[in-house]
Amino acid sequence: MVGLSQYLIVAAALFSLGVIGLFLNRKNVISILMCIELMLLAVNINFVAFSHHLGDLGGQIFVFFVLTVAACEVAVGLAILVSFYRLRRSIEIEDINTLQG
Amino acid sequence: MLETAFFNLFAGLAILSGMGVVLSRNTMHSVMFLILCFFNAAGLFFLLDAEFLGIILILIYVGAVMVLFMFVIMMLEVNVARLREGITQYLPLGGMIAVILLIEFVAAASSGVFADGAMATAAHLGQEVNNTKQIGMVLYTQYLLGFEIAAIILLVALIGSIVLTLRGRKDAKYQNMSAQVKVRREDRVRKVSM
Repeated sequence: MVGLSQYLIVAAALFSLGVIGLFLNRKNVISILMCIELMLLAVNINFVAFSHHLGDLGGQIFVFFVLTVAACEVAVGLAILVSFYRLRRSIEIEDINTLQG
Repeated sequence: MLETAFFNLFAGLAILSGMGVVLSRNTMHSVMFLILCFFNAAGLFFLLDAEFLGIILILIYVGAVMVLFMFVIMMLEVNVARLREGITQYLPLGGMIAVILLIEFVAAASSGVFADGAMATAAHLGQEVNNTKQIGMVLYTQYLLGFEIAAIILLVALIGSIVLTLRGRKDAKYQNMSAQVKVRREDRVRKVSM
């Protein structure tokens, strides 16, 4: 029988990989979106592991909601990326400074 | 025994493909590794008696979201060499933060609070339990409001992404309704004395 803590460690490793990716791929918006997906996946694994562990379906319902929000985020993010690429012919973070933030 | 073997397989492949996502030079290879990672996470979900979510993960993520990523990467002509320069500059900072995070997470996970002795891992559900049916029973009663809010969020994202990428063609001929309604006799008819 696989224990809960092993699932938690796997999710922790995936989340840390996502954080490393955020720092490494600072120039590419698509890579950043993919790293966010990786971190959300780690959170989902935690949710499902706890749901199975506690015998409560609420965790699985929340994974459902997280999936919904992640899909929306990707759709809107890629739409912004495509329309930005039409304007500037580039998707690098350094070129996205029109708002002077 | 078999379950442990499958857990090790899925977890190891998920972490390896996660490394591939972060480290691969080509963005397309990153997407492929992410797809592999999602498949292995779906396997982990199956091991945790969450069949519905495993199938949903494969259908939505691999079937829709990752294909969207691939379309966008193929559509945009990205200068990969410029994107990759300066990658080692942030490695010490990012690596340090990630390692600290990992140590904290692993320490919390293996601290004994979640160990088998303190809280026994729930046994697997019987074969007669239908995960999809159970989720439906809870989702449409207890979490109905959240379900409807998720539907509205999806609708907003749908409309938003269409509006963001919609581009009217300059050379296309459209009707101008208000001009048609406002037209007067003098605009169209001209009296000519022969």
